[in-house]
Amino acid sequence: MKAYKYITTIILLFLVTTSSFSQQKPGLKQSKSVLILNATAHIGNGKVIENSAIGFKDGKLTLVADARVIRLAANAFDTVINAQGKHVYPGFISPNSTLGLVEIDAVNASDDMVEIGNLNPHIRSIIAYNAESQVVESIRPNGILIAQITPRGGRISGTSSIVQLDAWTWKDALIKEDDGIHINWPRTFSRGGFRSENRNLEPNKDYSKQLEELNSFFDNAKTYLKDKQSEKNVVFDAMNGLFDGKKTLYVHADEEKALIDAIHFYKNQKVTKLVIVGGYDAYKITDLLVKNNVSVLLKRVHELPVLANHDVDLPYKAAKLLTDKGVLVGLENSGDMERMNTRNLPFYAGTTAAYGLSKEQALSLITLNTAKILGIDTFCGSLEEGKDATLFISEGDALDMRTNLLTAAFIQGRKVSLETHQTELFKRFSEKYKNQ
Amino acid sequence: MKKTILFILFWSISSVIFSQEYFPKNDGVHQKNNNYTAFTNAKIYVTPTEFVENGTLLIQQHKIVAVGKNVKIPVNSIVVDLKGKYVYPSFIDMFTDFGMEKLQPQRNAFSSPQYDSKKDGYYWNDHIKTEYNAVESFKYDTKKAEEYLQSGFGVVGSHMHDGIARGTGLLVALNNFEPNNIRLLASKNTQHFGFSRSANSNQAYPFSLMGMMALLRQFHHDANWYKNGNATSKDISIEALLANQHLIQIFDAGDKFNSLRAAKIAKEFNLNYLIKGGGNEFESIKEIKNTNASFIIPVNFPDAFDVSDPFLANQLEFKDLKFWNQAPFNLKILSDNNINFALTTDGLKSIKSFKTNVSKAILAGFDKVKALEALTTVPANLLGKSNEIGSLKPGYYANFVITSDEIFEEKSIIYENWVQGKKYVVNNFDIQDIRGSYQLNLNNELYTLKLDGDLTKPKAEVLKDSVKINSSATYLNDWLTILLTNNDKSTYTRLTGLVSSSDLLSGDAVLANGIKVSWSAKKVEDFKEKVTQKTEVSSPVMFPVSYPNTAFGNASSLKSETVIIKNATVWTNEESGIVTNTDVLIKNGKIAQIGKNINDATARIIDGSGKHLTPGIIDEHSHIATSFGINEGGHNSSAEVSIQDIINSEDINIYRNLAGGVTISQILHGSSNPIGGQSAILKLKWGLSPDELLYPNQPKFIKFALGENVKQSNFRSSNPTRFPQSRMGVEQVYNDYFQRAKEYDLAWKKYNSLSPKDKAKTKTPRYDVELKTIAEILNKERFITCHSYVQSEIAMMMNIAEKFDFSVRIFTHILEGYKVADYMKSHGAGASSFSDWWAYKYEVKDAIPHNGAILHNQGVVVAFNSDDAEMSRRLNQEAAKAVKYGGVSEEEALKFVTLNPAKLLKIDDKVGSIKVGKDADLVLWNEHPLSIYAKPLKTMIEGIVYYDIERDEQLRISQDKERNELINLMLQEKNKGNNTQAPQRRQQVLYHCDTMEEYFDVNHNH
Repeated sequence: MKAYKYITTIILLFLVTTSSFSQQKPGLKQSKSVLILNATAHIGNGKVIENSAIGFKDGKLTLVADARVIRLAANAFDTVINAQGKHVYPGFISPNSTLGLVEIDAVNASDDMVEIGNLNPHIRSIIAYNAESQVVESIRPNGILIAQITPRGGRISGTSSIVQLDAWTWKDALIKEDDGIHINWPRTFSRGGFRSENRNLEPNKDYSKQLEELNSFFDNAKTYLKDKQSEKNVVFDAMNGLFDGKKTLYVHADEEKALIDAIHFYKNQKVTKLVIVGGYDAYKITDLLVKNNVSVLLKRVHELPVLANHDVDLPYKAAKLLTDKGVLVGLENSGDMERMNTRNLPFYAGTTAAYGLSKEQALSLITLNTAKILGIDTFCGSLEEGKDATLFISEGDALDMRTNLLTAAFIQGRKVSLETHQTELFKRFSEKYKNQ
Repeated sequence: MKKTILFILFWSISSVIFSQEYFPKNDGVHQKNNNYTAFTNAKIYVTPTEFVENGTLLIQQHKIVAVGKNVKIPVNSIVVDLKGKYVYPSFIDMFTDFGMEKLQPQRNAFSSPQYDSKKDGYYWNDHIKTEYNAVESFKYDTKKAEEYLQSGFGVVGSHMHDGIARGTGLLVALNNFEPNNIRLLASKNTQHFGFSRSANSNQAYPFSLMGMMALLRQFHHDANWYKNGNATSKDISIEALLANQHLIQIFDAGDKFNSLRAAKIAKEFNLNYLIKGGGNEFESIKEIKNTNASFIIPVNFPDAFDVSDPFLANQLEFKDLKFWNQAPFNLKILSDNNINFALTTDGLKSIKSFKTNVSKAILAGFDKVKALEALTTVPANLLGKSNEIGSLKPGYYANFVITSDEIFEEKSIIYENWVQGKKYVVNNFDIQDIRGSYQLNLNNELYTLKLDGDLTKPKAEVLKDSVKINSSATYLNDWLTILLTNNDKSTYTRLTGLVSSSDLLSGDAVLANGIKVSWSAKKVEDFKEKVTQKTEVSSPVMFPVSYPNTAFGNASSLKSETVIIKNATVWTNEESGIVTNTDVLIKNGKIAQIGKNINDATARIIDGSGKHLTPGIIDEHSHIATSFGINEGGHNSSAEVSIQDIINSEDINIYRNLAGGVTISQILHGSSNPIGGQSAILKLKWGLSPDELLYPNQPKFIKFALGENVKQSNFRSSNPTRFPQSRMGVEQVYNDYFQRAKEYDLAWKKYNSLSPKDKAKTKTPRYDVELKTIAEILNKERFITCHSYVQSEIAMMMNIAEKFDFSVRIFTHILEGYKVADYMKSHGAGASSFSDWWAYKYEVKDAIPHNGAILHNQGVVVAFNSDDAEMSRRLNQEAAKAVKYGGVSEEEALKFVTLNPAKLLKIDDKVGSIKVGKDADLVLWNEHPLSIYAKPLKTMIEGIVYYDIERDEQLRISQDKERNELINLMLQEKNKGNNTQAPQRRQQVLYHCDTMEEYFDVNHNH
């Protein structure tokens, strides 16, 4: 593994300590400053620095510059990583994720993703987040270092929180608690009766009723919050923050009409920030999105078009269609096998570059854009001085599986193990055959 | 018609036999009516092609006595003058469930599946109901009969639309006035089959379409064996099948592809099925014609969608919009192709719409004479009753309709429908036309009365000094009643009058105060047929049929051409490796030459500079392009079922896969049972028929499965009833089946080696499709693709194969293969894995993305597959992950999705690499094929470019244009006030290994 050739002793030490067959230990708090030299730095905001100098101390980026134009004292940083020919990226962010809420899909006991009930703003994902999940650790080696943990199910599924992916407990993992509330918007089509012969969907007759239910719930919550009563209502209490900028409203919707209705809802209810999650049809209403400052967490890029007559590459090029019209777009990957597939998030972004975006635009979809959408861009999402040192070094272009090969990753300056349950098994059985 | 039919006047009265004649009579005296009825001066259609102008039809009792121009009318005749009217043979619908009881499904979603039959003495499967006779539960339904009579039908065939073998059907005349002894023309006339489970049974097998086909085959094999006296037991169902084999055999297919499937079974067993189609035959007309079958065709054309809400309309599939326009042309196209067919009302929500829809088809170019034939002489012939019904000839049943005009004219009214000489009045033909404008004198006040609309149901409009008064009218049996309501709806005036002359209507009126006065109305103006804008109903224009007739279909079939791809980087997968600046010549569908500066004057040049050319991608594990279920989990072994039976060549995922560079897919049975079904290896030739997609002379494969799916771990059933429920049991399933197959094979080998003389003395062993298929594995004629995850079960499978002296060809999924790579290598098994899937169930918790690399390094032939319609279009990216995880070289990694699956499938002699003489199955990429930035520009199979990125662009544009035109037509349809249906959004079922889909009813699917 020539990748390790340039890396300092800290890393070697780390490898030694983690060779056991178990969950990797979280990295230690950054005590020594690090400088990554000569890599191509992809800032996340569209900019690239070819021969970069990226320095960080105490978990924060202190230097992001062109190595050819700055002067540094020889001992300015404790550790210098020569990353000539390599690439540095801000840690990728996976929004609308259920990482750590389910370990194995088919094992019911390992599933904490959905609560019963329909209007559940008080259900909080964070306390069920399993920081020690083997699935979570398997995601990091491809560059995903931050995730928004989001409950599923119901009309209002609950409240999400944002975590970094290297922690002992959910408390350590938190980087933003209770960042937003998630609504599964009513659909304009629904299934006919139980065991209906007709497999097709029919127009949803209850659509208006379901909308009214949401409006009424919001009206009541707001009224309650205006004058906090001595007798508490934990459900309405959980809605606090949606109307004063502290929480974001995430509306999960795909259909054009549903999207338009959601935007009207958000204006009428005076919610401070709306994000569309999914947004299959969002490219049809870009003007409305831009005018109302609504951003989109676009559904999994590697999906089939919904209808046979939709463009074969529609999911691939949707990010381009939205970006060109000025919509702020991030990528999410909910769907089948979403947790284990999180590690393919960089390649979803890569695909949007194959279908129209520039590579740096594509990168923003999983870094700075997402950070802005989640409201964490003040401290992460790009390689900018003062932000968290949450970043990684890759042998090559990290949006392409051909070259996405991490040699080091840092979260808030802490060196993160790139070993996993899977690499342990790889080694274990490679050895089995080597010794035969 | 030039020739008048002379009749036989000496029709012997005594030959008219009533079945009632021998009945005792206790409610009166015996009587017989020997009077004649003569219908004169009509235009009589003796057959659809022969008619008599001003003819006479003479009937007596149930039958026709004479028809012609110069019929002598006996003295004891009632004469009916039909001047200006038309007489046609009554229609025949062979395919109804008239008089049959509606079965209520017994299914209970929460009960454990039932695996065995609950019947005793019959075939082992409850969905085989050959012993059932419709006549035994037949209950003549007078009300329903009236619906048929009103639409012109006189005779219907009826059977229970339930089950796979449905028993016999009857033929009944719709004579509402006499008992079944008279009405029944045949109590057992037809034997029926179809693709649906019996609502009467919960027996799990078969729940897929392929299972139904397999069951029908095995049933016929068993019947032949039984017939030859080989069985030692009795089987009522088989005996019924054999006893009814001389009847007309009708197969309810309900769809074009299902018709081809039924025809395939018919061919295999030398049967003659009369096939009930689905109305979409025109989409595969060549194949339908090649069946040489006769058909029964429905006319249930879809209503236009209500597209006034663009949001909802946007969710409609293009093919559904197009089908609405094309469906009425089906009959014309069938007829233009000389396919013999009868019509049926089956599938119509209301029988009333039958005539409207046939008129639609006529407007779309279907010949009127053919229409009439398809309702009279053709069904009579097909039913073997052409000397009794369907024509108006002496000796035939007196089944005829009297109409005002040519029968399929829009304004034509059916007056009477006579069946077996009994009159059923639809519309009274002596009805006086009272429509027109009148001056109404009521209680010494003058009003204007206008009657218009339908002749039989006129609408009234009453005006007083040009102010409208609320009014309604009824007109029945010459009585006209008009109800006038004053504007505050508090007082009413009732007018009645018996009409004797339409020039002057008169009668009595009861005023609001109860006083009775007389009224009269003098006609001032005759009724004028409203001349609507559609003076000339323009014939509809058919949107072109594409291949396939769905989204992204091609306008015409694609042609093979001679092509040179110039200056490409060619991934040969051969010893020469990856060669740059190279030309590849493609001729006659094969790779003809590889080298520098190739020239061929006849070739089209494709510039490959800066591009990469690879062999077509081969997906070893796919479930696309199938119909109605890829799992037959009703038994723990279903070796008898075959995916080749259920190929759906119109699945859009074929096109999407081509757009991802895939040229070949192995379509596998699912993993619901240890022994699954037979595979189909397809070439993704978009636009061709299901059979044309099958890889020619393909090696035989079968799907096996291990682990959680087959032991039903994730079923959460509290009371499991299907063996096995543990990995221990899985081994014993194999042990049992392989042993039995071995013995089966021996028994046949022994029998086949007997001399003809000894054979005659020996009972033939039973032919068992399932065991025969498994024996093919033992004889190394069929190969296993085995769904597998954990190391213990992988070892078990190889172990048992070795015990029976064969080897497992492919372990598919094989996510713990890396733990037993050495054993797999020595056994000779290949691996077809996922690149990076894991953690979706307990048995894949140790799955690692380095699996492929380890196996490859140990010398196992490794492929990456999809098992997923989405991932299959990015298999090049999956191959790239073998480089990322475990460091396989790029050249070898590409082989994971090209040459290696070809090797595993034993088709690498023809495909999988770029080599002179191999099939030109190629992909031209814009970029390095393992890069995320790569996309196919052209995907070619046997020299034909089935996907072209530029053509795709054109298709999108033309499709949008057609879509828009169709939506406009539908809006017009709504504006005309015609029926529309709410938009629907199609849900495509995407199959994975563990998708359990039950097959319900194809009649709602085209």
